[in-house]
Amino acid sequence: MKPQTKPKVAFFDFAGCEGDQLQVANLEEKLLDLLEIVEPVSFREVMTEHSDDYDIAFIEGSVTRNHDVERLRKIRENAETVVAIGSCATIGGVNSIRNRQNFKKVKERVYGEDGDMYEAWDKAKGIDAVIEVDYKVHGCPIDRDEFLHVVRSLVMGREPNIPDYPVCVECKLNENVCAFERDEFCVGPVTRAGCDSCCVNQGTICWGCRGLVDDPNEEAHQEVLEEYGLTAEEVMKKFDLYFTWQKEVREDE
Amino acid sequence: MSDDVDIDVEYLTRVEGHGNIEVNAKNGEIEKCEWQVVEAPRFFESLVVDRDWTELHHITSRICGICSIGHTLTSLKATEDAMDIEVSEQDEKLRKLALHAENMQSHVLHVGYLALPDLMDSKSVVPLTESHEKEVKTVIRLHRLANRMSDMITGRTTHPQRLIPGGFSKIPTENELMELKNKLEGSFNDLTAVANLLKKLESKIPNFQRETEYISLTHDDEFALYGGDICSSDTGKTPSEDYLDITNEYTVPQSTAKYTKNNRESYMVGALARLNNNYDQLSPMAKGVAEKFDFDPLVCNPFMNNIAQVVEVVHSVEDSISIIEDLLESGLEKQEEYNSPDIEPKAGRGVGAVEVPRGILFHDYTYDENGKCTEANCVIPTNQNHGNIQLDMEKLAPKIIDQPEEKVKTQLSMLVRAYDPCISCSTHDLNIKFVE
Repeated sequence: MKPQTKPKVAFFDFAGCEGDQLQVANLEEKLLDLLEIVEPVSFREVMTEHSDDYDIAFIEGSVTRNHDVERLRKIRENAETVVAIGSCATIGGVNSIRNRQNFKKVKERVYGEDGDMYEAWDKAKGIDAVIEVDYKVHGCPIDRDEFLHVVRSLVMGREPNIPDYPVCVECKLNENVCAFERDEFCVGPVTRAGCDSCCVNQGTICWGCRGLVDDPNEEAHQEVLEEYGLTAEEVMKKFDLYFTWQKEVREDE
Repeated sequence: MSDDVDIDVEYLTRVEGHGNIEVNAKNGEIEKCEWQVVEAPRFFESLVVDRDWTELHHITSRICGICSIGHTLTSLKATEDAMDIEVSEQDEKLRKLALHAENMQSHVLHVGYLALPDLMDSKSVVPLTESHEKEVKTVIRLHRLANRMSDMITGRTTHPQRLIPGGFSKIPTENELMELKNKLEGSFNDLTAVANLLKKLESKIPNFQRETEYISLTHDDEFALYGGDICSSDTGKTPSEDYLDITNEYTVPQSTAKYTKNNRESYMVGALARLNNNYDQLSPMAKGVAEKFDFDPLVCNPFMNNIAQVVEVVHSVEDSISIIEDLLESGLEKQEEYNSPDIEPKAGRGVGAVEVPRGILFHDYTYDENGKCTEANCVIPTNQNHGNIQLDMEKLAPKIIDQPEEKVKTQLSMLVRAYDPCISCSTHDLNIKFVE
């Protein structure tokens, strides 16, 4: 069904690699189908045209400085719906690894004695640290089909279905050999599914890019944890490539 | 037209990352002409400190979505160099295929989706999807082919999974490679169509010349992408582990990205630099496309970088076909599922140097005896181009400043865009200002 008036959509990016917006380009022919149901009015990476009149804002990247806060608030004012796309925006992503490091050293390591020349917070955060976010498309990068599902749902006025169970569930359906069985460490038991366990399917481990399930103590995959004598807390503590900012928020609550 | 110009392009569009262009002129005289990089710093060289050697390629892949395969490979090469990890000939060939896939994907995206609208007087590819559906669909087909190739070789189109220290966690099957070869062979019509379209639009490419130093890798046996010595069009060869002698990074206040210089005030890296330095090693059809555009190194028009990218796409397709033929001829050696090479970490320093879509990329890591990273340095292609973009702009702006402001703005934007800057990579940003 083709809507009468197409919702206007805009894309914005903050501190990130723009790999999530790239997934939109990577929709290939499906991108043309998407243009049938939404009208892009601002997308700096691919368009010179720009308008502040939009219904849905897709935001990639972490918030890391005061300048970002102003831009985010303006986007929130303009948009009816705000969707965070990708780990950097939804959970701080790899940017937040530095949140545990001494910030003076962080700056020195990269810029030497000119470290104070640039404005940046000592912590990188997901965008919901600053504005209300209506939906999150998780992943590093986002899954193209899940993104399409969210856009279509929003256009149709339905709630998108975002999983809140661990990656182990999908991984077992895919009949992978468990990473723990292979003597590797994996955060699949505490990580939100929806990726079809794509990394394990390719012979590696779950790195946790979709972030923690809402309540890891309740929802973690108990069967896998018990089999290998682990608790959700131990898994989160031992390997936290993507979880730093999420854990900070949990500790504050 | 006005004698006083104030151009202020905040957040240049159709580039990856954030950059600004600021040009002010009074009575026709330029007072300020500046390329500013305003991307939020991301501190990757610190993120990797204290992390395990098995994680570094995963983290540094996130420096850039578009060239995540290139960052992953450069990272792996640095780790492998530091720990003397061997990689089999078969895995090296597969890695070269991965690099070709990314080069094709990135170049097609840039030329087809981002640069072409300038040549077709459009503000973006979006209106072209209706006015030039056939051409857009050709570009999409090539882009899809490159992405499917990344999927098949690396397990994903962005942020690859199968590439690990010492080799691959999983490799494609012979049947998959055969199927890929057929698809690559089937793309020649589309490649020719893109080259012909650009040939028709050639008069729209600004004729601007500024000779500079061109730096790329070079290799005796092949058009260098996966490895080789550093080659400067001014100073000749340098071993890649001595990259610091070439890059000489420095910081400037208008940029969160570091700049570099070697023999002159700036140098250029990327497809044009590679063609200028290694033209004779291009595949036959790629050379044919270059000849259509009378490409005769040294080519000193930075706008020709877009044409050099198209030439490289053709080269990547042809060279991939011959790599697959090699692999199939010798028979693909099978490996275990969930392959994880047996590696004992050790202390040391290693450098990886790879030609990625936007130019030469260096990763340099030091590890302690437990395989924890103690120090890292990454020198990104776009960083190496920022200084050159600035100097091009300083030469171009006075020549065009008496034209209508919109035209000046468009040409300066096109200049930056020709470099295909990947600004989040380089920090790191783009923005243009004009004053009335």
